[in-house]
Amino acid sequence: MADITDTRVAAAPLATRRKRIRWDHVGDHAILIAGALLMLVPVWMVFATSSWDEITIHRNGMQFGFGDQMGTNYNAALFEYGGFTDSVNGMTMLANSMILGLGFAIGKIIVGMMAAYAIVYFRLRFATLAFWMIFTTLLLPLEVRILPSYEVISWMNLGNTYTGLIVPLIASATATFFFRQFFRSIPEELIEAARIDGAGPVKFFIDILVPLSKTMIAAMFIIMFVFGWNQYLWPTLITTDESLFTLVRGIRQIVQSYADGSETPDYGQAAALAIIAMTPPVLIVVFFQSWFVKGLTESDK
Amino acid sequence: MAQVTLNQVRKVYPNGAEALEASTFTIPDGELCVLVGPSGCGKSTMLRMVAGLEDITEGEVSIGDRVVNDIDPADRNIAMVFQNYALYPHMSVARNMGYGLKNRGMDRGQIAAKVREAAEMLNLTEFLDRRPSQLSGGQRQRVAMGRAIVREPDLFLFDEPLSNLDAKLRNQMRIEIRALQRRLGTTAMYVTHDQVEAMTMADRIIVLSNGHIEQIGTPNEIYEHPASTFVASFMGAPPMNLLTAEAGQGRVTLPGGDVVPQAGVNGHTGPVQVGIRPEDIIPSPQGELTLNVDIIEELGAQRLLHGQMAGQAFSVAVPKDQEAVTGEMRLALKPGAVHLFDADQGRRLG
Repeated sequence: MADITDTRVAAAPLATRRKRIRWDHVGDHAILIAGALLMLVPVWMVFATSSWDEITIHRNGMQFGFGDQMGTNYNAALFEYGGFTDSVNGMTMLANSMILGLGFAIGKIIVGMMAAYAIVYFRLRFATLAFWMIFTTLLLPLEVRILPSYEVISWMNLGNTYTGLIVPLIASATATFFFRQFFRSIPEELIEAARIDGAGPVKFFIDILVPLSKTMIAAMFIIMFVFGWNQYLWPTLITTDESLFTLVRGIRQIVQSYADGSETPDYGQAAALAIIAMTPPVLIVVFFQSWFVKGLTESDK
Repeated sequence: MAQVTLNQVRKVYPNGAEALEASTFTIPDGELCVLVGPSGCGKSTMLRMVAGLEDITEGEVSIGDRVVNDIDPADRNIAMVFQNYALYPHMSVARNMGYGLKNRGMDRGQIAAKVREAAEMLNLTEFLDRRPSQLSGGQRQRVAMGRAIVREPDLFLFDEPLSNLDAKLRNQMRIEIRALQRRLGTTAMYVTHDQVEAMTMADRIIVLSNGHIEQIGTPNEIYEHPASTFVASFMGAPPMNLLTAEAGQGRVTLPGGDVVPQAGVNGHTGPVQVGIRPEDIIPSPQGELTLNVDIIEELGAQRLLHGQMAGQAFSVAVPKDQEAVTGEMRLALKPGAVHLFDADQGRRLG
């Protein structure tokens, strides 16, 4: 209540001096604009550079303006088979990235939801301990356990498979934690009503919990998809077969040839590929933005 | 249709707190039984044990002639209406009402027919496609009722179903629920802390306090013959006046020396509590009792006079056409107005 009256009182004088420049705002905006430029200028440079041929880029560095090689570069990046074995093009990598991103996001949501369901709704003896153990794994990202994980995967002969690429990344403390908090906010009576209505644990999960978690699932999906899409270290390690390369991996592969000293790397193509790699996550965030905000802030109860 | 029997049912929580002392009673088939008491008296615990949402520590609960202690809530053939409605927010009204039937494997056409029938009974037909969030409080409450009646259960359980509604709607829904229960003839248990709801709706009232049953009886019995000072002061608005007094020599004397008329003492001597309902008193110049009026409360249909009698708080209800002023006044009692209670335990004497 206090807030409402305060803003009303403040609103009247604000209207009279609307035209004056608020100097404190100028400072704020300067910081925001500087931050935005810091983020966007590199993206612009990559985009502009992707329209030049590799000789110009090699000689003059990255470009601010557009060249005339846009079509050629994107075409080559997407459809020209390359790599050591000539078995991979941009489309394959796009598909691989998509599989990794989707598998990663969907897998994490399923595992996280089920773990949270078990922790919140069942009287397990060590539920709290289990939850905190899951929570601790936040401190142990893949990078820390990368060697043993690699050992396990190669021992299971899952190197160079989608399974090997996705499964080790699926266990998610973040998703479990968010779903746990969400489930705990669902009123007890709803569960009791469902029990009396004859919904067993599985029916309750599918008929009630999953639909109620819709916005939460969407928010998790966005975070996890982008996270999975941008994975670099694990795919690099686990895939040696070029047909399984992801986009992020592919960019490096193109620039790599410079280090081999054989020829001038296709900088233009690399830049084009970088732009292509950026697009799907950006689109997902743009389209699902409202769901995302809803999922993290409000709950439809 | 079924009667409900509790046989020495007791509830102790794992931390050792006794929520309900061993309780035994039977609710006959088709009756609406109200469990009433202040918060924390064990009324909800009792209801939830009958529903199967709470474990029974000791004793037996039977619905019909079946002991249901170890039967899952879904298989007890009961339906429950919750205080906050507990509607499924993502389902339409029709799906909310039909969910229990769907889970029991009834076919779609039959579910739709039953839902439509219930909706007609509750004036919900035009809302069947809406979500609960698009309904008002009263409508949501009706949907919750609908969800209960489509199942055609043996027993309705109501857990303070009207507490989230405003006063006007509450009066209206009270009558609707009562009428519906009569029409369906289904046994019902109804938990409330509101004594008006208890008095108006019940065939039989169970008054609970601190985990034990104070009294079981019809609304009339509870009002006319409260078994204890707790029941006397809890049931009835405004509450019954309770005065400490002294019994001896065949009569009851207030601290100031006034003798309470009509009070037979049945051979009891020593301190007692005298209970007199505010509405059982008539102002009369020839009255035997004296009240010092401090405050007059206007209620519209009647006035409440609050004051002191023999140095203790005392209230009198007078009709609106009776003049009232502060200061001293004489009071007479209607016949049978005096209730006597034991001073320590608060139990009724005679």
